[in-house]
Amino acid sequence: MIALFKRDVMLAFRSGGGFGLALSFFLIVVMFVPFGVGADLALLAVIAPGILWIGALLACLLSLDRIFQLDFEDGTLDVLATSPLPGEAITGAKAAAHWVTTGLPLTLAAAPLGYLLNLPQEAYVWLVASLLTGTPALSFIGSFGAAVTVGVKRGGLLLSLLVLPLYIPTLIFGAQTVTRAATGQDALSTWAIMTALSLFAMAAMPFAAALALRVNLR
Amino acid sequence: MMPDLGKYADAVLSAYGISALLLVALVWLSLVQSARVRRKLAEEETRHRKHG
Amino acid sequence: MSVWKYANPAKFMSLSGRALPALTVLSAFCLLSGLVWGFFFTPDDYKQGSTVKIIFLHVPSAFLAINIWIMMLVTSLIWFIRRHHVSALAAKAAAPIGITMTLIALFTGAIWGKPMWGTYWAWDPRLTSFMILFVFYLGYMALWAAIEDSDTAADLTSTLCMVGSVFALLSRYAVNFWNQGLHQGASLSVDAETHVDNAFYLPLLACIAGFVLLFITLVLVRTRTEIRLRRLSALQARGAAA
Repeated sequence: MIALFKRDVMLAFRSGGGFGLALSFFLIVVMFVPFGVGADLALLAVIAPGILWIGALLACLLSLDRIFQLDFEDGTLDVLATSPLPGEAITGAKAAAHWVTTGLPLTLAAAPLGYLLNLPQEAYVWLVASLLTGTPALSFIGSFGAAVTVGVKRGGLLLSLLVLPLYIPTLIFGAQTVTRAATGQDALSTWAIMTALSLFAMAAMPFAAALALRVNLR
Repeated sequence: MMPDLGKYADAVLSAYGISALLLVALVWLSLVQSARVRRKLAEEETRHRKHG
Repeated sequence: MSVWKYANPAKFMSLSGRALPALTVLSAFCLLSGLVWGFFFTPDDYKQGSTVKIIFLHVPSAFLAINIWIMMLVTSLIWFIRRHHVSALAAKAAAPIGITMTLIALFTGAIWGKPMWGTYWAWDPRLTSFMILFVFYLGYMALWAAIEDSDTAADLTSTLCMVGSVFALLSRYAVNFWNQGLHQGASLSVDAETHVDNAFYLPLLACIAGFVLLFITLVLVRTRTEIRLRRLSALQARGAAA
């Protein structure tokens, strides 16, 4: 299982592995916001928490199909399925690898990008904290969506349609954590709820994803 | 016959109108699809009966 | 000879075939009489004027939008556990009805909202939850359409329905937390103090009954179509192999 995790991480860091792409996308989306809504720093400060969360979320979404697609296409997934490794271990390891190569870098990139959007001082810690414990939910929930659509040709859009509604609770509590911190309110309770959500996703989603994979590998 | 809907006539009538539209569309599509599949199945079954 | 390979679908077809004529008449009668009663024979509300008549469309459709999803969840679970094809196909058949009900609820709600709240839309928890429900229905239907093999599609969509239901519930709480809203309280409470006035309550119940019967009739019709479709594909596959 660790070997699988390491392998997926290595693959993502190689060229064409999607690691740099997610970060670049995050940067571009954040850049687009002032182009779209104007450069008024006061306005940007208000919407920064939401924008940063949505940008990170969308960047995560883009690389989801890589979790299973490539291995599905070249038969590696079939080999993994017949190995003694339980399905949940496979999907869990892959989801964790996705987080390390997508969610984690996005979390680190968020603080400087927050500066571009004039994020208030008090919110930085909570921005990083919320993304740190929130992005795992995105990877694990996303892995379920990826497993469901792995057999669908050009299933990227379908994947988005299925996964985005599932992201809503995480997005609401994550963005609220940062907004509350920015306005001087208590952010700990919303952060705790969001973290609990992530833990739930990490526990439950590998089973759901393994189920979907088994169906698709038949 | 028509009750006096007062100033809200537009709202009430358009609400009923759009609901009727959606329900009729749903029923109609369900019936059309049902008839189409029924016909195709009957054709396919006679074809199978002929060729055993 | 007509060969229905599976006993269960055969029984379903025969039972539903016999029930449909009566059901159709009953649902048409209930729906029309409920709506006529509500539209022509109820007073105006002192606060909302004649717009209160929209309640006879809005509440039944909203009620069904949610309950149809729950029905889909139950039938998905039955497919998941007992592998009855009729169950999986019933869920598939119900989804378009559910999404239509969601749309009716959203549109009638918006039209009602303009004179009452001054806006067609507000990000109120209940409205937002219905918007989210609409997107869930969309995803479910899109997945059925995207998968070619019928059994694979049934498995994946039932899994999606189950996972989706958990997150729909979580979303409900998240949305409530995120924005406290404008929407009034329950119309359908058993407690007389919190539900709407009797003059509206009885015709409302009649309309709800009508909508429910309409749903049952339509889902039977659509499930029968799905069963026939499955039979058709099986025959065509057999013909191609011969």
